[in-house]
This record gives sequence, structure tokens and C-alpha cells, in this order.
Amino acid sequence: MLQCHIKGVQNGYPLKVEAEKVETREMDFEPDFLRHIFPRINWPALREAAAAMGVSDLPESASEELLEDDDFLKKFHHALLEVHLEEGSLVCPETGRKFPVSGGIPNLLLQEDEC
Amino acid sequence: MKLKELESLMQEIAPFEEPKIELEQYPTGPHLASRLLYTVANSYDEFDGQTVIDLGCGTAMLAIGAAMLGAQHVVGVDVDEDALRVAQANVEEYEDYLPIDFVRCDVRQLAGQERLKADTVVMNPPFGTRRKGADMEFLRAAFQLSRNSIYSLHKSSTRDYIQRLATKELRAQSAEVLAQLRYDLPATYKFHKQKSKDIEVDLWRFEVPPQTDS
Repeated sequence: MLQCHIKGVQNGYPLKVEAEKVETREMDFEPDFLRHIFPRINWPALREAAAAMGVSDLPESASEELLEDDDFLKKFHHALLEVHLEEGSLVCPETGRKFPVSGGIPNLLLQEDEC
Repeated sequence: MKLKELESLMQEIAPFEEPKIELEQYPTGPHLASRLLYTVANSYDEFDGQTVIDLGCGTAMLAIGAAMLGAQHVVGVDVDEDALRVAQANVEEYEDYLPIDFVRCDVRQLAGQERLKADTVVMNPPFGTRRKGADMEFLRAAFQLSRNSIYSLHKSSTRDYIQRLATKELRAQSAEVLAQLRYDLPATYKFHKQKSKDIEVDLWRFEVPPQTDS
């Protein structure tokens, strides 16, 4: 849900994930929350980010109907909530600017000449 | 959870290691934090199953409280790396995994993050005594980040100004002072002569204007 916000960048989304270290932490499965958040998810972006972190079982496209499918929900849950980028970078698709992720925290601070 | 339990839980959260005066890093006391959190959860039910942003999260007291009170996902935003490190360690103290992520960002640079959104925004912003207008920058950013409501603490002396800013400039659907509280400010910095000082603060609730979904 983050994007590159350097001044003048038109197409700073989605940021590409470069993973160095990925961690998986188990979370309670809450189908209602997944249905609640789904309309706000850019599916291709999530799918690509998940793939960069080694999760490649998400279908190419997703629709409201799939939200009734338990198998789909479990994959969605895992990709969205259980897989964490610990070390690596988020890379702007337009400028190639890298936002480092360290200890699981992305650093989106811009330099003075970027904002 | 009872208010007392919440307050004692808040007491266990580690404070800033070396608070930075330029960022007005005063701790949100357990008293204030627990009342803010309790109001959101009990009077408005705006944590359970919701997404939450803690803006200027510092050591993550509000973020942790929101997660414990049922928020499905919390994002803590802060500009200060050291504070975020303490925040992360505070989250890891809990046996149960808390769904909290942190992002390092300057509140003034959030305008370009139009996809970063949460149902509820909670914050204890700087009062703007060191950098004038810092409290207003936080409020503006909160209106951009929230899809529904914002809970925030502001000095009571700025009440009229906040009311005008929220309703006129930011077009809040509602702007209401829910309670006046005492901010027992411990003597955090060397220049504080008194041991501690009570400041009157307002607990505000704002509802953001209806928005078109993107």
C-alpha cells in the first residue's frame, strides 16, 4: 500500500520488492477481515510482491466471488498477513529509487531535493 | 478489557531511550493513552476488526493498545529511527503476535502516499511548541490517512483553532471534544525546572468527510 512519493514521479506504484530476508509469522485466520480489506487491495501488486517473497500460489486474478472460497482465502491471508519482508528494499518502478527495509521497517524518508 | 487493566498494561511499555526535544518526544502517559484507547474501543467500537494508523507512534503505546483491543492491522508511522527501534522491541515483548507494522516517514511527506489508509487514526501529536504548526501538520496528515475517524490529543488552549481548522479547512463531518484530560508531563528534558507539570489537553474525535473510493 506504499508508493514512491518523490516529487514529480507519476508512476510510483507499485513498489517492487527486493527481498533479502523474509519471515513468516502465523496469524489467526479472519475471513471477515479479508473480505473487508479486499476492495482496497491492488491484486496484481500483492501478487507480485508475494512472489518476490517466495509465495507464488496466488491466482492471476481475484474477484469478489472468490472470497467465498476457503482455499483462496487461506492463500490470501498467508500472503497478506503472514509473510513479512524483514530485510531488503522497496524499489520505485519509475526512478529505481530504493527505499531500504531494515528490521522489517521500510524507510520512506525523502532527501530534501526529492520533495 | 477494563480501563484499569489497560492502564497497567500501558505502564509496561518502554519509554524513549533518549527523547529528542526537536520532535517533542514526550511520552503518552499510561493515563492518557488508556483513556484514549478505552474511548475508541468502548464508546465507538472503532478498533475491533478495523485497520488503524498510529501517527507519530513514538514507542508505539497507542499502536499496541489498538492491537490488543482487537484492531486487525495497525501501522505505526514515525520519523525517528531510534523511537521505531524501541517501538519494535515493545511489540516483540508480547507473547501473542501483534499485527503491527512500522513505517519510517515524515508526516510532511505523507501527501504522496494516497494508498496508505486506515479506518481509524489515533495520535498524540506534538503540541507544536518547538516547531510551530507541527500539531496542524499531523492533523492534516491524519485527515488524509483516515477513512472514517481520528482520535487525537491537543492542548485545550488551542481548542477554537482546532475546531476551525477541522471543520473549515479539512471539512470534517464532525469535530468533537470528548473529554478534557490532564497531561501529567514528567520532567523529561533538562530545561524543565518543575518536576512535573499538568497541562490541560482535549481528547478530540473527528469524522473525515465522505470520500470516493479508489
